[in-house]
Parts: sequence; C-alpha cells; structure tokens
Amino acid sequence: MNKLKIVLSGIVKNNPTFVLVLGMCPTLGTTTSAENGMGMGLATMAVLIMSNLVISLVKNIIPDKVRIPAFIVIIASFVTIIEMLMKAYVPALYASLGVFIPLIVVNCIILGRAEAFASKNNAFDSVLDGIGIGLGFTLSLTVIGSVREMLGNGSIFGWSFGISDYTPLIFVLAPGAFLVLGYLMVLFNKLAKR
Amino acid sequence: MKSSLLNMTAVLFGITLVASAGVGAVNMITAEPIEQAKAADTENAVKAVLSGVDFDAIAPADTLMNKNNSTVVVYRAKKGDDVAAYAVKTPSLTKNGFNGKVTLMVGYLPDGVVNDIVVVEQNETPGLGTRMKDEGNSLYLSVRGKNTWEMRNSGALAVRQDGGEVDALTAATISSRAYVNAIEAADAAFRIASGQAGAQEPLAVSGATLTCDGRQPAQQSENGPEAQEGGKNE
Repeated sequence: MNKLKIVLSGIVKNNPTFVLVLGMCPTLGTTTSAENGMGMGLATMAVLIMSNLVISLVKNIIPDKVRIPAFIVIIASFVTIIEMLMKAYVPALYASLGVFIPLIVVNCIILGRAEAFASKNNAFDSVLDGIGIGLGFTLSLTVIGSVREMLGNGSIFGWSFGISDYTPLIFVLAPGAFLVLGYLMVLFNKLAKR
Repeated sequence: MKSSLLNMTAVLFGITLVASAGVGAVNMITAEPIEQAKAADTENAVKAVLSGVDFDAIAPADTLMNKNNSTVVVYRAKKGDDVAAYAVKTPSLTKNGFNGKVTLMVGYLPDGVVNDIVVVEQNETPGLGTRMKDEGNSLYLSVRGKNTWEMRNSGALAVRQDGGEVDALTAATISSRAYVNAIEAADAAFRIASGQAGAQEPLAVSGATLTCDGRQPAQQSENGPEAQEGGKNE
C-alpha cells in the first residue's frame, strides 16, 4: 500500500471522529475549548503510535485467545507512562486534561486500530496508521473545540474577541457538544464525498 | 498463533512483566520532577498571594486538618522574627463546586485583610465556573482587600442569592458558593494560625471544624522549631 495513502486515509477517508465515529466519549467531553481538544488529540496520538508499533511487533507471538487482554495491558502501560511524563514535564497541560488521560485506555480508537490494522500489518505501516488516525483525531477535536469556544465563549485558543457576554453559553456545555459534532459531521461527509 | 494453555499463560505473564517494569522505570525517572513541579506550583501561588508584602523568607508550612481529611495548609511569610503575612491553602470544606472541591490560596495580612487570592485547583465548567480564575472576576473583587472575619460576622460573606454581599459569577451559584466556602475555611485557618481564635466555636465552617494537629496553634507561630515540625505532620 502507498505509504502516504495510509497517513491520508486516517485524516479523511477513515477519519476516526467524523467517519468511523469512534471515541465519542473523549470527543464530546474534552472539546470545551480549542486548546483542550488539541491536547486530548495529541495525547491520544502519542499513545496510538506507540501502541500500534508495539502491537505490530509482538502480534506473531500473541495467541489469538488472549489477544485483547494483551493489547489492553500494552495500551494501559503507555497511557500510564504518558500520564506520568505529562505530570512531570508539562504540568499546565496535565492540569487541564488530567481527568481525561486515564480515559485514553478505554478509547475505542486505540483498541480498534490495534485490532483492525496493527495486528495485520508490519511495524512501519502501523506507525504511519497511528500518525494518520492520530492526526485525524487531533484535527477533528481541534475544529470541534474551536467552533464550541468561538460560539460559546467568544474566543479561540484563549484569545478573546471581547464578546463573551453575548455568546450562547450552551455551546460550551454538553448539549452544544452534540449540536456542533452533528453539524460538523454532516459538513465533513458532504465535503469528503466530492 | 494457535492458543494453548501454556503459551497463553507464558505470553500474558511476559507482557505484564515487561509492561510493569516499563511503568516502574518511568515512575522512578519522573517521581522527582513531579514533586518539583508540585512544589513550584505551590511556591508560585504563595508568592502570588503575597504580592506587595515585604518579607524575607517563608517559614515551613503548618498543616491543619479537618474531619473530611481535606488538607488545610498555612504558610507564614516572615520579616525578621515577625510574621508579615499568612498564605492559607484550603479546599472548600463543606460545599463542592460543580465537579468536586475548589482549592484556593488566600493571602492574609496580619490584621485579617485579604491581600490576594489564587485559585489553585478547580474542575468547574469551562466558560462558567472557570471564570473564578479570570482576572478581576466578581468573586475576587468582592473579597479582596476586605476583612473576611468582619464579613463573616455581619453575614456578608455569602453570595447575594443567599443574602450576603458577594457577587456570584453567574445566576447559578454552585461554583460561587464553593469559592465562598473555601474563603470561609481560609479565614478560620488564618485565625487559628495567627492566634486570634479564642474558642473552637468561631472556627466552625458550616459544620466542618478545623483543628491544629492537637496542639495549641498560637504556640506554633512563636516557636520556631515546633512550627517546622508542623510541616511534616501531614
């Protein structure tokens, strides 16, 4: 398979948020602002690349029946490691994403890619798939976060337009997450079909 | 690969062994930076709430505890042998915010006037409760520069919806009530630490009673070595 295609397919054709509709819990929960969405996306991408790499390397020694527990142990270890590294070196990011990091373990994108891609392909392609899907997830979350922040709080990446008193707060709250996600999904699929 | 009892056991054992060794190794590397990051956070917050106060050193912290195992910590900023100001770090003791406790660092001048306030930890709704962190928000402006003890006695230390004089952030007052509750706790802790508390009774913060590790708090502030022990006594 064409290497560039693997990366691009994760962003457009197999976009985890808008096409595969995987990992909705962190998507809806963390996209209250552009910065939070992007942080969650990048943290997930880091775990995804590492877990894809390791799983594709050990896929031949794992017996089929214990495949899933083995994958979960690998993923959980990487999440714990990333959590500790974030706490130590980027405490500000950890402060805003802390609660969501453990959720990466059960993010179905990661297990989904381990099952669907990494356990069937070689290490290099699996890393590329991790980068592609990770970028797709990061971009989607950043866009959703930006839209919600702009509509709900009158700012983007913390830069205020000075109109926050007049913006509908509902977009920062849970109902706004569903509204924005739904409309962006329609828009994305309309554009991607062309 | 075909599964047999032997290879399943062996592979799972191997993977968990390697995984836990990896997590353990990273933990050893990061344990120290994590501690440093936490300490630096606290130090910055202490310095921030003592802005404008003239002091040479911050004495080791005293830990006051309450029943719910929430930790209340008092830092003393010293100028020579005198205490120039107090910084109290406390969670909201009896009222939670929207997603758990709100933890504040409150700087007190010796006369009981609030010098400055920093929100140390909160999990409020972004755009709503998180405004308590913004510069010049209504909660902050309602309390800063005031004597919180006088406010408590006159009933002014409560959001307007509860008959007080504190302007809440929004019409829904969950986050604001937690903030005010933490201020109350800070005031109680300050009065214990500065030795202005007469009886235990005025220290009760809506049901949660602060104690001072079973020792007389006023002695700690006068007694250097004793105060140092207080920090370890968590």
